[in-house]
Amino acid sequence: MSENTTPSAAPAANVAEPIGAPPSPLRETWDYFRKNRGAYVGLMVIAFILFLALTAQWIAPFDPIAQDRTAFLKPPVWMEGGDPRYLLGTDAVGRDILSRLIHGAQLSVSIGVFVVILSMISGICLGMVAGYFRGWVEVCIMRLMDIMLALPSLIMALAIVAILGPGLENAMLAIAIVQLPHYVRLTRASVVSELNKEYVIASQIAGAGHMRQMFVNILPNCMAPLIVQGTLGISSAILDAAALGFLGLGAQPPLPEWGTMLSEAREFVGSAWWVITFPGLCILVTVLAFNLMGDGLRDALDPKMKR
Amino acid sequence: MLGFLFRRLGDIIPTFFGVTLLVFFLIRLIPGDPILMLAGERGVDAARYAELQAQYGFDQPIIVQYFDYLMGVFQGDLGKSFVTKKPVLDEFLTLFPATVELSIMGILFAVILGVPFGVLAAINRGKWIDHLTMSVSLTGYSMPIFWWALLLIMFFSTTLGWTPVSGRISVMYFFEPVTGFMLIDSLLSGEKGAFTSALSHMILPTVALGTIPMAVIARMTRSSMLEVLGEEYIRVARAKGLAPIRVIMVHALRNALIPVITVIGLQVGVLLAGAILTETIFSWPGIGKWIIEAMNRRDYPTIQGGILMIAFLVMGVNLIVDLLYGIVNPRIRHKR
Repeated sequence: MSENTTPSAAPAANVAEPIGAPPSPLRETWDYFRKNRGAYVGLMVIAFILFLALTAQWIAPFDPIAQDRTAFLKPPVWMEGGDPRYLLGTDAVGRDILSRLIHGAQLSVSIGVFVVILSMISGICLGMVAGYFRGWVEVCIMRLMDIMLALPSLIMALAIVAILGPGLENAMLAIAIVQLPHYVRLTRASVVSELNKEYVIASQIAGAGHMRQMFVNILPNCMAPLIVQGTLGISSAILDAAALGFLGLGAQPPLPEWGTMLSEAREFVGSAWWVITFPGLCILVTVLAFNLMGDGLRDALDPKMKR
Repeated sequence: MLGFLFRRLGDIIPTFFGVTLLVFFLIRLIPGDPILMLAGERGVDAARYAELQAQYGFDQPIIVQYFDYLMGVFQGDLGKSFVTKKPVLDEFLTLFPATVELSIMGILFAVILGVPFGVLAAINRGKWIDHLTMSVSLTGYSMPIFWWALLLIMFFSTTLGWTPVSGRISVMYFFEPVTGFMLIDSLLSGEKGAFTSALSHMILPTVALGTIPMAVIARMTRSSMLEVLGEEYIRVARAKGLAPIRVIMVHALRNALIPVITVIGLQVGVLLAGAILTETIFSWPGIGKWIIEAMNRRDYPTIQGGILMIAFLVMGVNLIVDLLYGIVNPRIRHKR
């Protein structure tokens, strides 16, 4: 991507490409996306968090659940009484906070990605069926989604966790179910608007079967809003998972999930600021990065914004 | 207008039954026998088991059980708490005013700060104040409010000592609840300092709860304002030589506020979800804390009743917002 931004390469690119040739859709989207500074920063932060998550085993200085009985609640290094081995200090049972945060990135990123994949795939299938077949199938599916939307997401997730029991897997499943209606509604709305377009009718006349119509012909044209929703979905999944963890219903100790870390740190609100500040800051930065990227993607993928 | 009202009411009926079904099956989907759970560790003998089963109606077919439950709901009977043995609805009604009070304060905070900042950002589009407002709003929108609440406590309560850490009022004061709203009750009691105490307990929870709605409202006000400011009638108003402040406050803001009102209505769900976290952190005796405690104690009738009441509330408020929107904007009510 960078060769086009250097001044020396730009004229060459102009010569190579005949004037008036449209840029590829991917390239066009990327160009719009990159112009949005916030979105670009968001992407960089996400890349950094992904790097931390993928290499957590090697770059984290300590085992996230190993306890050092000689260093309880040590402050960060730059403070008086800080231990040089523990950059961001230790928690109440002597675990290195930095290592826990890095491993927490792994957990949070996988929660976000897993939840979105699960609920996006099932949401697309349901929404596609509802929008494509219409009739009573549509009424049933959409009514069910309306019922699910009648409850605030966190409360719905709480209800599901109450059935399944607390724990990380169940919390993830609950959040995936909670997010489902958004994907179903988006998919259905896009499918309905695509259904009467010429290309769909043409391929129907050409003899395309239902499956081909739904997933080969129509779906690719509905993806833009779904991608945006997916990106924003990752951020709300991370936030909801952290909230459930904080309430003691998500990831269980000693897992270094950020929300769970905060719930363990609650009692030190008056004495040890570092055990509270850092996990929350990680949640905020991650969620913010995904939100920024989602906003940028929406602007880049929205045809109305393009001129 | 009447037709619109009935249409919207008609839309809500299937959702109503759906929510009752969902909540009804909530308790039946839980692995394990509710009677054994109720009996606890001691267990029950066979005769007592059958008796309890008959008492709770568990020996009936599931359809009959559902209709019994539904009839109960219509008559305001949401069952009895496993723990306190009191009717769930009574407990809900005792705690509800605390949550309402907090929510009202939260939404007031959000509107009072969110709308002016949204307007300021819109009329200074592209300048530093716009960037600042939008950055703050995006940060607020991404904020994990349980962490935000802890930060507020850490800074204002434990470090500066300005505000109390938890509860609704200092333990020094006690009076019988009249309205259930602590701010009003403390004024009515006439005790010196009671109102200030109640107010100071209110500040941090209000800020914690109001932050996300504030961010959403500021963003919505800004974009809606920008849209309206591009309209012809604004240009006409300016061309007539009206004072800029009048154009913005009267001609633009009034029209820009219509979508903002909808957003404010939609924040009720966010507020109730936020109340669960905020109340847990500030030991605020409202329904959010109550539901979480019920979850930790596996008090299923309470969880069931609490979730049902919250769903009804959200549905009711959404209905009211829809109807108001229909009144404000005739195009909506004549659709279809």
